[in-house]
Amino acid sequence: MNIFNWLNSILLKMDWLSHLVKIFTEQVLQLDSKERFGASVHFFIYDVIKIFILLSVLIFFISWVQSFFPPERTKKILGNMSGLKAKIVGALMGTITPFCSCSSIPLFIGFTNAGLPVAVTFSFLISSPLVDLASVILLASIFNWPIALAYVITGIVMAVIGGSIIGQAKMERYIEDFVLKNKMEDLEQEELSIKERTQFAVDQVKDVFQRVWIYVVIGVGIGATIHNWIPEDVISALIGKDKWWSVIVATIMGVPMYADIFGTLPIAEALVKKGVGLGTALAFMMSVTALSLPSIVMLKKVVKMPLLVMFIGITSTGIIIIGYLFNTFDYLFF
Amino acid sequence: MEIKILGSGCQKCIKLAEATEQAAKELGIEINLEKVTDIEKIMSYSVMSTPALVVDGVVKIKGRVPSKDEIKKILS
Repeated sequence: MNIFNWLNSILLKMDWLSHLVKIFTEQVLQLDSKERFGASVHFFIYDVIKIFILLSVLIFFISWVQSFFPPERTKKILGNMSGLKAKIVGALMGTITPFCSCSSIPLFIGFTNAGLPVAVTFSFLISSPLVDLASVILLASIFNWPIALAYVITGIVMAVIGGSIIGQAKMERYIEDFVLKNKMEDLEQEELSIKERTQFAVDQVKDVFQRVWIYVVIGVGIGATIHNWIPEDVISALIGKDKWWSVIVATIMGVPMYADIFGTLPIAEALVKKGVGLGTALAFMMSVTALSLPSIVMLKKVVKMPLLVMFIGITSTGIIIIGYLFNTFDYLFF
Repeated sequence: MEIKILGSGCQKCIKLAEATEQAAKELGIEINLEKVTDIEKIMSYSVMSTPALVVDGVVKIKGRVPSKDEIKKILS
């Protein structure tokens, strides 16, 4: 076993935690972890603790990085680029921006107001909830590195293509007037000290934690239930690998749901273990996080119906395509 | 002093409002605090990251929750 694998199993998979929880389940709770109920309890405790640890550490580091890229700076970087490069960088910037749609809408307004092309702002808007550094590491932890990397690349490609289509279709006219009127000034950039950056990162961890812990608990709960209680044939009859409609059903089911990517990962994990196609599980995860009623309601305030419909259409089509791609090529990953 | 807290009602905006009220109280300053949640109004302050603290029409802090001491410095 090389050093990379070793680090991977200690830091990401946390095998030691799995062993500890197993001892706890068997010795303290007196449950047989091979038996159904004990296994559910083990899965639940282990996954919740693992996700909480990863979440806190990751958000701390990402927020630290983020503090070097305040929106004003991102805006300037993007403003100096054009064409495909601007769209790709826009999508990449989406991966290090904040974690909730309530903060990406003001960014969208700021970028549009500054005259950035719609293609770039939408590349950003599509990738922002879908791909973030934390979700990549979690994917690597729950599945493996190739899956995590493939997820990022397809997510970014989808954001760039989606943004380009919206740009080609000249959808600028469907952005609410107030976004373009009243030019926003460039506010002065404040230089943060190390202490302030640390404070910012700690605040982010607390904030994200408070917001998502319930989704994680619910997500892991659902995951544990799927894992141990729902018969495999019921699941495969609905969204099994051999069902052509599985990806579409998973995507549509995910759209109205609102949860954080941290909460949906354990569900995706359990689905894959039950023989659901990797692409189907990822499509479900992507549609839950990229499209949700609250974020659609937010977006409705800044864009008009045709653009909103197009955004939802393109994003869900993209998710479905990615789902089928992963299902077709999933033999590459396991 | 006219204080405005900009933000779409997230957890951090509430924290910023509380910290500001606390700071003003400790300094013994009378403030008039208003929470601005309308996205169009937030935009009119050229703010892209919430929460933000606006004192007498000037944006002092944006995108983070400062410590109470920092707020005190801004207010006094």
